[in-house]
Amino acid sequence: MSIEPDSLRAQVGPYFGDFGGRFVPESLVAALDELSAEYELAKVDPAFAAELTELHRSYTGRPSLITEVPRFAAHGGGARIILKREDLNHTGSHKINNVLGQVLLTKRIGKKRVIAETGAGQHGVATATAAALFGLDCVIYMGEVDTERQALNVARMRLLGAEVVSVTTGSRTLKDAINDAMRDWVTNVETTNYVFGTVAGPHPFPAMVRDFQKIIGEEARQQVLDLTGRLPDAVTACVGGGSNAMGIFHAFLDDPGVGLYGFEAGGEGIEGLRHAATLTKGRPGVLHGARSMMLQDEDGQTVESHSISAGLDYPGVGPEHAWLASIGRATYLPVTDAEAMDALRLLSRTEGIIPAIESAHALAGTLELGKRLGPDSIILVNLSGRGDKDMETAGRYFDLLDAGAQQL
Amino acid sequence: MTNTDIRPAFTSTVEARINARRAAGGGALIGYLPLGFPTLTESIDTAVAIANNGVDILELGLPYSDPVMDGPVIQAATVQALANGFRLKHGFEAVAAITAQVDTPVLVMTYWNPVLQYGVDRFADDLAAAGGAGLITPDLIPDDAQSWLDASERAGLDRVFLAAPSSSDERLVQAVTQSRGFVYAVSTMGITGARSDVDSAARVLVTRLRAAGSTSACVGLGISTPAQVREVLEYADGAIVGSALVKALADGGVAAVARLAAELASGARDIRAAV
Repeated sequence: MSIEPDSLRAQVGPYFGDFGGRFVPESLVAALDELSAEYELAKVDPAFAAELTELHRSYTGRPSLITEVPRFAAHGGGARIILKREDLNHTGSHKINNVLGQVLLTKRIGKKRVIAETGAGQHGVATATAAALFGLDCVIYMGEVDTERQALNVARMRLLGAEVVSVTTGSRTLKDAINDAMRDWVTNVETTNYVFGTVAGPHPFPAMVRDFQKIIGEEARQQVLDLTGRLPDAVTACVGGGSNAMGIFHAFLDDPGVGLYGFEAGGEGIEGLRHAATLTKGRPGVLHGARSMMLQDEDGQTVESHSISAGLDYPGVGPEHAWLASIGRATYLPVTDAEAMDALRLLSRTEGIIPAIESAHALAGTLELGKRLGPDSIILVNLSGRGDKDMETAGRYFDLLDAGAQQL
Repeated sequence: MTNTDIRPAFTSTVEARINARRAAGGGALIGYLPLGFPTLTESIDTAVAIANNGVDILELGLPYSDPVMDGPVIQAATVQALANGFRLKHGFEAVAAITAQVDTPVLVMTYWNPVLQYGVDRFADDLAAAGGAGLITPDLIPDDAQSWLDASERAGLDRVFLAAPSSSDERLVQAVTQSRGFVYAVSTMGITGARSDVDSAARVLVTRLRAAGSTSACVGLGISTPAQVREVLEYADGAIVGSALVKALADGGVAAVARLAAELASGARDIRAAV
C-alpha cells in the first residue's frame, strides 16, 4: 500500500514537527548512522520482511486475536469494546514485535551482543528471549527499584541467559536504566547493538520502533472491519514511552473519523508530583537523545515520575506522540493508579482476562470514553500485555494473599 | 552539514591560551570540575586554586540529572551538588566569582536540556556577562545545534563540539569547522573516568583532526597523571583532566586538588623547543 507524502503516516524522522532529532554524544553518531542505513536497506529487502513475517507467524503467534468484551463494556456506557490481544504474544506483550525486528537487524549488521533497558521487564524479557533464539550475548539494564517490584521478570531474563544489571544511579528506574545502557553503548558500540524498547530516543529509534510495532494497528484495522463492517470510532492505548500506542495508532492516522486516545499514568493524581503524565503536565525538552515532551523542573532537570505500573513510570515520551498531540490528531489523558487497578480487576472478573497494569490504564480510560461516545460507538483497545508479572503488586493492592503465605 | 567558515574576526581567549602554550614549547592543561561540589563556595575556591596552580583553561560542569557521558566519579559529585540544591543561577554566579579572581578562560560544560530550558539566547547572554568564554556540549552535535551556533556567534562565545574515534572524516571536518576555542577529541570510546592507558586511538584521532584542518585539538577522557598529560601533548594541543581532579577534591579537599593540578601542569611544559 503506497503512502501519499502528505499522509500523517509518511513521517520517517529524524523530526516529527518540532520533535525528535539526535541529541547524543558524537561517539554514538556513527552507530546511529549505521543502524539507519541498515534499516533503510532492510525495509526494502523482501527477504528481511519474509523472515520477520515467518518469525511472527511461527514464534510470536501473529496475527494476534481481537476479542470483543461485552460484559466489561457494560460498565463503559454500553459502547462496543474490542481488545487487540497483544497479551497473547509470546513473552506476554507487544514488546516482542519490535525486538524481533531489531535483533534481525543486529544479525544483518553482524554484531554479536545486544543490550537493552527495561522498566516493567517486558522489553528486557523480550530482548533476552530473542537473544537466546539467535545466540547473542545479552545484557539488560534495569533500575534497582524495578528489579524489586518486578522480581519475577528478573528471574525470567536470567533463565533465558541474559545478564541483568541492577542500576543504582539517579532515581533507579527506567530513565536511569536508559542512561546506563547508553553509557554501555558508547563504550562497546563496535560489538554491540542497542535494542531500544520504545518509540523514544535518538533517530532512527522512534521511526524504526514504530515501524516494527505498526503491525498491531494494521492487523486490528482489518479485523475490526471484518467483525463490525466499519472502522472504530476510537482507538485507545496506554502511553509510557509510547510504543504500543504508536503501534496501534499508526494504521489509523489517515482515518479522520477515528479518534486516537493515549492514556498516561496519572499516578496518585496530576495535581501533585507523583505521576508520569508527560504529555498532560510536561514541557518540551531534550531527554535520552530526542526533543519531546518531558517532566522537568525550571532548570531542565528531569523530574522523577511515579506510577504503580513500572512500564509507564517514565518522565519522557516518544517524539511522534508529542507531535500528534501538538497538531491535535491524538488526545492524551491521565488515568490514576486507582482507576487502572479497578479496571484491571473489572476485566479479570467480567471477561476472564487479566491485563498488565500498563494496559489497565487504557482500559480505565476506555470505560470513561465509552460513556461519552455512547452505546452505538465502537472502541478498539490495545491490550498491550498480560498481568502475570503484576500478580505480586495486585495481590498486595487488593489484599489477595493469605497471611503468612510465602509469595514469590 | 555546512562547510561554510563562520569563524568570526574576534580572537577566542581559549584558542589564544592554547596557541601561547604551544609557542612556549608545551601544551594546554584543561581542568574539569563540577560546579556545586562539594558546595558552591568550595567549587569556586577549587577552580581558583587549580587556575593558580598551572591549569590553563577551566572546564566547569553544570550538574545535570541525566549525564550520559559521565562515569561514576563525576556522577557521584554532580548527584551531590544537585542534592545540595544547585540551581542554574548558581552556575552563572560561580563563573562570575571565578573570572573576577583569575584571568584563566572559563568554559562551561553542560548537557543541552538545561540550556534549552533557560533559553539559548538568554543563556549565552548571561554566560558572556559572567565572563564565561563558551560552552562544551557533550550531547549536542552540530547537526542539531543551529540555535546555539547563532547565539554563540551573536554573543561572541566559544563552542566546543566533540570528535570521536568513530566519527567519519566528514564529521571531523564538521566538528572542526563548527567548533571555536578547540575541538574536544574523545580519546576512547567510552565515558569519563581515569584509565591506566590513554588509548592509542587518541593519537590517530588527533592526526585525522589535523587533516581536517584543526589547529587546536584537545584530548580528554581517561587522562589522570602528569605522564599521560605529557604523552598526549606530544601530539595534541591540550590535555583535559576531569575525574582525577574530582577524586582528589573528594578525597583530600582543595589543597589536594591544587597539588595534583601543579603536578599535572609539570607534564604540560617543556615538551619541545619553544618557537
